[in-house]
Amino acid sequence: MSLNDTSTEKTTLLEWGLINWRRNIIYIGFIAIFIIFSITLHDKGFLDPTNLLNIIRQTAMIAVMAIAMTFVLSCGEIDLSVGAVAGLTSVTVAMAIDAGGMIFGIGIGIATGIAVGVFNGLLTTKIGIPSFLTTLAMMGIAKGVAMWISDTAAVPIIEPSYSWLFGGGSIGIIPVLAIWMLVLGILGHFTLKRTGFGRRVLATGGGEQAARYSGINTNAIKFKVLVLSSCAAALAGMLYAGRLQSGRFQLGEGDELSVIAAAVLGGTSLFGGYGTVIGTIVGALMIGLINNGLILMGLEFSQQLIARGGIIILAVALSQKRS
Amino acid sequence: MKDTEFVVDLKNISKSFGGVKALTGVNFRLLPGEVHALLGGNGAGKSTVLKVLNGVHQPDSGSISIAGRVMHNLTPETARESGIAMIFQELSLIPSLSVAQNVFLTRENKSNFGLIDDTTAEKKSQELFNMLDVDVNPKSLVSELGAGQRQLTEIVKAISQNAKVLVLDEPSTALSVSDVERLFVFLRKLKKQGVAIVYVSHRMDEIARIADRATIFRDGRNVITAPIDQLPIDTMIEYIVGKRSLGLSDIKRDSVKLGKALLTLKNVSGRYKPNNISLSLHQGEVIGLAGLLGSGRSSLAKVIAGVDPIVEGEVFVNSNNIKLRNSSDAITAGIALVPESRATQGMIASHSLASNITLPILEELSTNGIVNNAKVRKISQEKIRELNIKTASQDHAVSTLSGGNQQKVVISKWLVTNPDILILDEPTAGIDIGSKSEIIELIRDLAREGKAILMISSELTELLAACDRIAVMNDGEIFNIHDRKDLDDPTLSDDPENQLQDAEQKLQLLIQDALTIKS
Repeated sequence: MSLNDTSTEKTTLLEWGLINWRRNIIYIGFIAIFIIFSITLHDKGFLDPTNLLNIIRQTAMIAVMAIAMTFVLSCGEIDLSVGAVAGLTSVTVAMAIDAGGMIFGIGIGIATGIAVGVFNGLLTTKIGIPSFLTTLAMMGIAKGVAMWISDTAAVPIIEPSYSWLFGGGSIGIIPVLAIWMLVLGILGHFTLKRTGFGRRVLATGGGEQAARYSGINTNAIKFKVLVLSSCAAALAGMLYAGRLQSGRFQLGEGDELSVIAAAVLGGTSLFGGYGTVIGTIVGALMIGLINNGLILMGLEFSQQLIARGGIIILAVALSQKRS
Repeated sequence: MKDTEFVVDLKNISKSFGGVKALTGVNFRLLPGEVHALLGGNGAGKSTVLKVLNGVHQPDSGSISIAGRVMHNLTPETARESGIAMIFQELSLIPSLSVAQNVFLTRENKSNFGLIDDTTAEKKSQELFNMLDVDVNPKSLVSELGAGQRQLTEIVKAISQNAKVLVLDEPSTALSVSDVERLFVFLRKLKKQGVAIVYVSHRMDEIARIADRATIFRDGRNVITAPIDQLPIDTMIEYIVGKRSLGLSDIKRDSVKLGKALLTLKNVSGRYKPNNISLSLHQGEVIGLAGLLGSGRSSLAKVIAGVDPIVEGEVFVNSNNIKLRNSSDAITAGIALVPESRATQGMIASHSLASNITLPILEELSTNGIVNNAKVRKISQEKIRELNIKTASQDHAVSTLSGGNQQKVVISKWLVTNPDILILDEPTAGIDIGSKSEIIELIRDLAREGKAILMISSELTELLAACDRIAVMNDGEIFNIHDRKDLDDPTLSDDPENQLQDAEQKLQLLIQDALTIKS
């Protein structure tokens, strides 16, 4: 009996409810905003299937990157280069398709992601530069390279099957983008929660020293999540390129903020140790939902930015556990 | 003896960190089925030896053999694969994962499709806990556990790895008497199965009970390895400190003339603990709080220091009724808390001694927001001298000091605020014997200067050495308060060590009494 920590046992039912309420705020918030928009914006076509599918199409790239970002944040690291890497990959893919066809293009796209990820990972784990700085620098480098090789011009993609597979297509009513998001989401969820790799990621972020003492090669884990993140960013760039049938360096610009916001909104800790892919996807959808609703309301871009910022702060503030 | 008989054979190991020699030519051999105690003061090299054995540190020279195999480039993973399981003081659990997830970390049970199966892990951990007869819920997050439960989780984690060598680093620090007993029963079981156990502890009474052999370290060398029956406690101490030092039994407690009551608690209760505490702490007095883990000692300290809220009751400082809404209210009232967890609550380890010591009074040392560095240096130098802190300079990071000196820095940090009431929560945890008695002497000196002191310690000899009165707590309540001198037996010989031993037994009994009456 002496070892029972009474403070955990005396937690009341009410407190338990409150804690879980906070943990699930993202889902409650998502539903609440959806209902509000359904009522206030129904005459502006919010509930039209086309509009709803559009939200998913616009969210897919953010969600793909945010799934990987969930791993990065859970591991206690951060990747600021995702947006720029998406832009860079859209350009390399477009140029490669032009030069050597679709398969070659896809290969080059994946290679771009791996190359950037390996670079980020090595700098972070071998030299010991914090990932915040490594990826901040990479953000500039990736954008610079994309501008340079494309001569700042859009590179068109004339390859219908690529555009169908990476963005434009749909199976029946379901957009291919939604399938990408769903498949990667399920994959990501199980990888984080139910595989040894995911567990090692959470352990590394939850207590790096303890993880190392438990026999986890934490540097290898960090390296892998950074490569994973760049590959997801590359895929997002390929999706952008497919959807817009061209590669441009501006694609994905500023996405890193939405991506990180989606993960944090979903309940992933910015400081490592806890992450949820499902939450992240709902977080990404919520950002898409808000963007869409604000546009339908007819707000100006400046007003949209302010409203979006406010809603995100509110949601994150509500989800914070108070001590 | 053939070399292969040793399950671990460290030969001539040396290791330096940035020019400082941590180990010099260390030899250490471990037999299967023995409990081998490692002893030594802080910085003697015990931890470094363990980290070499575990593959965390690579030795600069020397060889490591495990079960007769010479291990080159030992890493934590290869060490574990060779059957070495290590339980660290506070290092190897991930707070954000559950108990079961921690126990099976890196060895997760896989279901079909290769996915992790936490339900099986929970069941298996439950079986292990049942075998140990310990009440820990495998589904709880580690961050929700108390220190004792964490310790047991660490042990279960190591045991679940079917270890050939189990290394326990200070396993009993956070455990209650009955849990230590349970641990010992379990260790003896493991021993019979041929598991070799390396047992590191500052508590020699435990070592005398559980160990078969002991190796004593001093200044990065192994000074002796001998069967435990050839090492009575005073001999052990002799090897550890090199020369006889003042023990706890020699500390003088002046017959107290109680000053006015500086701190009075009337029916104080916290949110969970403590419950209904009434207590008067006088000028020049040291009151000790005795009790097991979770008895509410730290909770009481936190409530008085304004860290945790008071739900009911009144606090009087100098007979003024004061409201403690937060810790700055307490500091203003002259109450300072030297917290339990030195590393996280007490100090900023990477900052210098000077900046740590002057942190609470930075505003007083500043004019127009600019810190007066001359004053900072002067005050920190004063404290370094007064408390005899061993450091090359006040500009060194606190992390470079030994545990005992770190604790002195934390105490200095609060002394600069010149508090009337000082609360010390486990001030000697993880500190070597020499520094311990120095800290206790310091506490007595502070009381002599007229401060009122409330001290928490799990080491009863320290409470007995330091305190004028001892309050026994259980389940958040003060069970009763004893005058220190009532615990002395005038019929015993004058030998202070005998006296202290006798008093400790009495106090142990009182703590156990509090438990049985309550439950």
